[in-house]
Amino acid sequence: MEMLLSPANKEMGIDALIALIKVAVIFGALLVLFSLMTLIERRVLAFMQFRRGPNRVGWFGILQPAADGIKLFFKEEVMPEGAHKFLFFAAPVVAIITAYVALAVVPYGGPLVLPFYGQVSVLGRPLDIQIASLDVGVLFIFAVTSLGVYGIVLAGYASNNKYALLGGLRSSAQMFSYELALGMSWVSVIMAAGSFRLTDIVATTEQWGIWPWMILQSPAFIIYMIAACAEVNRTPFDLAESETELVAGFHLEYSSMKFALLQMAEYINMITVCALASNMFLGGWLSPLPGLLPNSPLWFFAKMLFLLFVFIWVRATVPRFRYDQLMRFGWKRLIPAVAIWVVFYSGLTAGFGERKSPPTTMAARVVAAPGVSR
Amino acid sequence: MPDLDALYTSTLNGFEVAHAGFVQVALAVSAFLFVVGTVGVFVRRNVITVMMCIELMLNAVNLAFVAFSRAHGTIDGQILVFFVFTVAAAEAAVGLAIVIALQRHREDLDVDSFNIMKG
Amino acid sequence: MILDVILFYGAAIVALASGLFVIAQRSPINSAFSLIVTMCSLAVMFAMLGSGFIAVLQVVVYAGAIMVLFLFVIMLLNTKQDEGDRGGGIGRAAMALGIILALQSMVVVWKGAETLPANQRVTTSADVARGLFSSPRFLYAFEATSILILSAMVGAIVVARKEKGK
Repeated sequence: MEMLLSPANKEMGIDALIALIKVAVIFGALLVLFSLMTLIERRVLAFMQFRRGPNRVGWFGILQPAADGIKLFFKEEVMPEGAHKFLFFAAPVVAIITAYVALAVVPYGGPLVLPFYGQVSVLGRPLDIQIASLDVGVLFIFAVTSLGVYGIVLAGYASNNKYALLGGLRSSAQMFSYELALGMSWVSVIMAAGSFRLTDIVATTEQWGIWPWMILQSPAFIIYMIAACAEVNRTPFDLAESETELVAGFHLEYSSMKFALLQMAEYINMITVCALASNMFLGGWLSPLPGLLPNSPLWFFAKMLFLLFVFIWVRATVPRFRYDQLMRFGWKRLIPAVAIWVVFYSGLTAGFGERKSPPTTMAARVVAAPGVSR
Repeated sequence: MPDLDALYTSTLNGFEVAHAGFVQVALAVSAFLFVVGTVGVFVRRNVITVMMCIELMLNAVNLAFVAFSRAHGTIDGQILVFFVFTVAAAEAAVGLAIVIALQRHREDLDVDSFNIMKG
Repeated sequence: MILDVILFYGAAIVALASGLFVIAQRSPINSAFSLIVTMCSLAVMFAMLGSGFIAVLQVVVYAGAIMVLFLFVIMLLNTKQDEGDRGGGIGRAAMALGIILALQSMVVVWKGAETLPANQRVTTSADVARGLFSSPRFLYAFEATSILILSAMVGAIVVARKEKGK
């Protein structure tokens, strides 16, 4: 027993406990954000289509997600005959786990500095608004996104239904076709930052200045948004799961809570993708007016919400791609475009960049907040 | 009870050093998986399953490479793992293309039945 | 510390069990899923051995791409699911002997690896990159693998293409 309580184990236990509390807080915040997203999407879509969205259930429809949740909870769970029982259960679980795990690596803010208080530290450790600052953060998110394909493949296969299988295969083929462009669009950002760690990328953004960074990385940002839209199966790339095509795709046989989990997985994927874009391309929690306004996690959320709004806006505006058009666009247009960008940016870096080591992580520096004297 | 904590941790230039006993266990697991993969190649009849057992063997070899890289402190093992990834991906792609082409000509995928050139 | 030990041994046990399931399952899809579980547990073992970069690459390349390819081929080809061991009794005896051989090799390697040193530091992706690009031996091989992948891509497309007119 005393081996378990050795100093190193005690430190690790405290770290694990702090991480668990952070996980609980962020998980709760994401659940609230997901439910608000469903409502916001419907209201914003309705506004853009000259109609009103759900506004009956609460003040401005604010209780609509709760009503939807209650309805889905009480629906009957149907398992199709001949479905592979274990996989039918496991598919939404895989989808939701891979969707949430990617959000454990994303930094939501730097070291937590409250105004008029200073750096918050717990039991001798400075508190970061990030669950795990992995050395290979960006690649970890890529890996988890690759595993998210399995949720869809399993859902399609386990339903014992030709249309679900076809929908699942098409959807997952689309996902991993655009994953390539997604990964390559990050190459210029990682090259500039010299590291895979997301806090290092934001630190490099701070070194460059947020506006030069955004302007220089904007082609990569545009390619990333297109690829991310296809990755999350979102309009205009949502042929495989739209309500009118192919009898609603891979989640055809799912009802009640499993269906709710699959929908949640899709929205959380969307949130992940926007959070990653806001960190890598838009500067994360850095303020757009560096001298005037302080950095704060609220900037991160504002940028993420803006990108979510852009996704909804595109859904309201653009018609969807046909499947062969989609695949052709992904392989024949987007991948050469991002390859040309990577080659061009490598040339720029070789010509004008300086050889440097990865920057010190932001956890090592305390960001000043108003009212705090350093 | 040995001092597991001293055995398992120390820091070297601020980097956490991980655990002394792991290399042995990793090599043993690698050997087991390799032999299991070989048995699978001999015993299974479906072509795709045979290819999956070959991938299992390659994974076991990757584990051995990484374990030795940790043991000797050089990075060469991990770089070789990098190359094994690429070669395994290329081989899986071409192998599955061949399987698809074979399946067009005959319906079953039993390795015993591809015996036209026998004798 | 204790969490690392638990994770490593847990991943080792899962890898051993799912490795056995890969060859013991009847249908190829179950074998494929067991192989995916094996690969992910091997990734955990890589991370515990200090190479997080290789762990993440294992998930991206193997579990995320190669196994998806396998799953697609299995699902689209509708392979017959009734194949089992080769010839019934002989097949089961072969598998049992094979597992005994596996256990023996495990013991032999365990004994042989007792004298290996194992106290090196955790390696980062920068270390792997430095090793890969700084010595001409690996750099040449790296460029050669890019040509290898290109030829594999072209070869796979040509082999799997439907013949004209059919």
